[in-house]
Amino acid sequence: MGIEIYIQLFLSFFKIGLFGFGGGYAIISLIQHEIEIHGWMTNSEFTDIIAISQMTPGPIGINSATYVGYTASGTILGSAVATFAIVLPSFIIMLTLSRFFFVLQGNKYMEYALSGLRPAVIGLIAAAALVLMNTENFIDYKSIIMFAVAFFASFKFKLHPILLIILAGIAGLILY
Amino acid sequence: MIPLIQREVVQVRKWISPKEFIDMLALAQSAPGVIAINTAIFIGYKIKGIRGSIVTALGCALPSFVIILLIAMVFSNFKDNAIVERIFKGIRPVVVALIAAPLYNMAKSAGVNWKTIIIPLLAALLIWGLNISPVWIVMAAIAGGIIYGTVQANRLKNRN
Repeated sequence: MGIEIYIQLFLSFFKIGLFGFGGGYAIISLIQHEIEIHGWMTNSEFTDIIAISQMTPGPIGINSATYVGYTASGTILGSAVATFAIVLPSFIIMLTLSRFFFVLQGNKYMEYALSGLRPAVIGLIAAAALVLMNTENFIDYKSIIMFAVAFFASFKFKLHPILLIILAGIAGLILY
Repeated sequence: MIPLIQREVVQVRKWISPKEFIDMLALAQSAPGVIAINTAIFIGYKIKGIRGSIVTALGCALPSFVIILLIAMVFSNFKDNAIVERIFKGIRPVVVALIAAPLYNMAKSAGVNWKTIIIPLLAALLIWGLNISPVWIVMAAIAGGIIYGTVQANRLKNRN
């Protein structure tokens, strides 16, 4: 494997850092797209990363960059390149923004842009969920029941994600 | 992660005031990228310039990097293990549920109503159904927001 994989990882994760508005779940959609077009891993592998990200501290964007960088290149360097690349746009943007903080605060064009982004970000998260609803993750009727129960437990009773993942793991051991 | 940062930089270290923190958080959340990293960069820059921001960003990313790298290295050996596979068969649909469950409340707090629901619906369908890059959706949303906002503002001005 040559240097191309590192360039690809850098470009992909730079793009994700640059356009990843809305934090956390919204960024999943962008990562998913890059993984898919480069064939870096399967859909279920990526789902496993999200599960691992939920259970470990730290932001999901950083966790995914580190994980995908390692799996796609097989090296620690790849992991470092992807993580560096997702952080780099934040540097450029936050350093610029903090210089013009007072100009930008309450700027009407920034407000307009954000009012367009807010509903679109909801769509990004919905797309992330829809893309993951495939036969790799939903293998039989038991998966669908687990999905429904977890959705209800999370939506209605606000059960903690880590608790739900642990319970799902135990259920998986029993049911499969 | 944000409450942790707030405790550390506002209450314990007193690096910035509570008011500054709230303003800064609004900016960090509006900017693209990982919100915790954006926050770290802003605080580091405020205290010690660019060098400060490099140190805080590194400090914020490093624990995740090390933990996930170790997991990635170990997990690649156990991925095909039968027990691990059974556990993850149970976990995968639940992960999807965890992403989908907060959508309703998020849409409500984003101010999505029966008129504007077309925006997230269209965005989701384009990405999911037509495999359009989310990058295009983000750019269209920014452009659309600015155009709509400007047109509305002009209309109001003309009426007065």
